[in-house]
Amino acid sequence: MSKKKNTLARENARSTAFAATVFLLPALILIAIYMIYPIFDTFRTGAFKWNGISADRIYVGLANWKTLLADKVFWSSFSHNIIVMIFSILLQIPIGLLLATFLDASGRKANIFKIIWFFPYLMSSVAIAFLFNYILATNGGLFSSIATLINGKRTLVDLLGKNPQALFAVIGVMAWQFTPFYMVYFIAGYSNIDTTLYEAAIIDGCTRKDYLFKIAIPLLGPIFKTACTMSLIGSLKYFDLVFNMTQGGPARGTELMATYMYRLSFSEFNMGYGSCVAAGMFILITFIALLFNRIFVVKEDY
Amino acid sequence: MNQQETDYRKQKAKSRLAWGVAIFFAIFWLLVALIPFAFMILNSFRKQFDMLSQGVFHFPDPWFFDNYPNIVKNGFFGYFFRSVLIVGISLVLMLIISSFAAYPLSRMSFRLRNLIYAGIVACMSIPMHVTLIPIFKMTNKMGLRDNLFALLGPYVTFALPMSIFILTAFMMTIPKEVEESAQIDGCNKFSNFFQIILPLSKSGLSTLAIYNGVSMWNEFAFANTLLTSANQKTLPLALGQFKGEHSADMPLMLAVLVLSALPMIILFIIFQDKLVKGMMAGAVKG
Repeated sequence: MSKKKNTLARENARSTAFAATVFLLPALILIAIYMIYPIFDTFRTGAFKWNGISADRIYVGLANWKTLLADKVFWSSFSHNIIVMIFSILLQIPIGLLLATFLDASGRKANIFKIIWFFPYLMSSVAIAFLFNYILATNGGLFSSIATLINGKRTLVDLLGKNPQALFAVIGVMAWQFTPFYMVYFIAGYSNIDTTLYEAAIIDGCTRKDYLFKIAIPLLGPIFKTACTMSLIGSLKYFDLVFNMTQGGPARGTELMATYMYRLSFSEFNMGYGSCVAAGMFILITFIALLFNRIFVVKEDY
Repeated sequence: MNQQETDYRKQKAKSRLAWGVAIFFAIFWLLVALIPFAFMILNSFRKQFDMLSQGVFHFPDPWFFDNYPNIVKNGFFGYFFRSVLIVGISLVLMLIISSFAAYPLSRMSFRLRNLIYAGIVACMSIPMHVTLIPIFKMTNKMGLRDNLFALLGPYVTFALPMSIFILTAFMMTIPKEVEESAQIDGCNKFSNFFQIILPLSKSGLSTLAIYNGVSMWNEFAFANTLLTSANQKTLPLALGQFKGEHSADMPLMLAVLVLSALPMIILFIIFQDKLVKGMMAGAVKG
């Protein structure tokens, strides 16, 4: 009897395993081809001197890595990534939280605010890059025109042509683009808080302000941490906007790791070293993300 | 009593002040969000040289409507339809494959389940730029160089981890009994999936479609690397292409921007709630 049951259970487990394999296979194959293999391949190509086109690849071992460690352009790009990261977290997340708080407190009648505030996030980074190139243009751009209006005489504001203004202009445009994303994120956070908590707090004599600062915002902790992690990883791999807006210039003042990698590989035809930069980028991003997760462990249960 | 009343009044005045400040900032941010759009739309109705001579604060005088027909004549809808095509096919494939994968991860117990699940979740943080060079090489080897459909693989794959993660969480909320009763009626795992789980996951799938649709529609790096000729390029690349052909004509470029941003804005106004829900589903992973 028990033996029969046993074989039945085993039979069942086997059919489950078969079904699971069939269902999972397409996804796993694609991930293996387009994500896992490329990472290994990046590290492998990084050990060659290769222009990306010709058949002769010269094996150079760790020479590319030595170049990378001493490469001033790479490390200055990395420092730009870090500056972008710090300002992204300092601008996008607090403003996003403020906007979400306003929407949460004012309810459905502020829906029009929500819709319009979200608009910037709907444009592609490429379109935003072009648009802000025109808006920030020295001649005839919006900022120059405003300055001219205030000064009463023709004034030119050059935001993209000089360092370090260019990097901060880029940071400002990023804040314009991504704040709506974090806004929606925090709206989601607020709406996940149980309404009974609000009722209980009001019955206990809390004011709206007390509820907000002592209950709601602390409860957003885990969401806050995820938002920071996303902003952090996002700014370390930033590419589209800078590539289209400043091309890393002026004088590499807005060069980021990804744009440097792209330029090396696809315009300077130095694909071996470009791969090495990509691999270095992968290591740095993974390391920083893990470090961040280790430092900011937020208790998730409440 | 009197004391209480003044306290109450004070509090009310204070909260009114707080609301005043809040509304001031709300309107300020409204302007920050809107002014670039106003700049884009107004200036797209100018003639090339009117922009500098009239200044940005001046309404177009006269309104010039030829920029839009001009863009359409220069193949705008080609870019548009290629984007629709590739995003449509990628989305359908991505949704099928990710719901396939989410089904065993959420509703079956087998030996490697936790390991596979953790692996897929870890894939969410792989930066796509690291895979750019290998995928470029791979595409050339497959003979898909400068072919729109080369984007299919990367687009589907890079949307998978996040979608599987969200769908797994979604399918876990479907009660077990639904499936068990079907099993008694003689359904196997496969018919279970198609007849019960998939129809019940519809709302999860639609939010994922919107969320990933937006990012595929706007995708630039893969498209720019894998496509080179104008008759293969997608909409995000159209901007660069038009700039190459009409670099000095700023109003014309702004008209291209308006046309390329319009579909997303219209879709957002229609499906607003769905999109926000889709992002909430992403937010829950916190």
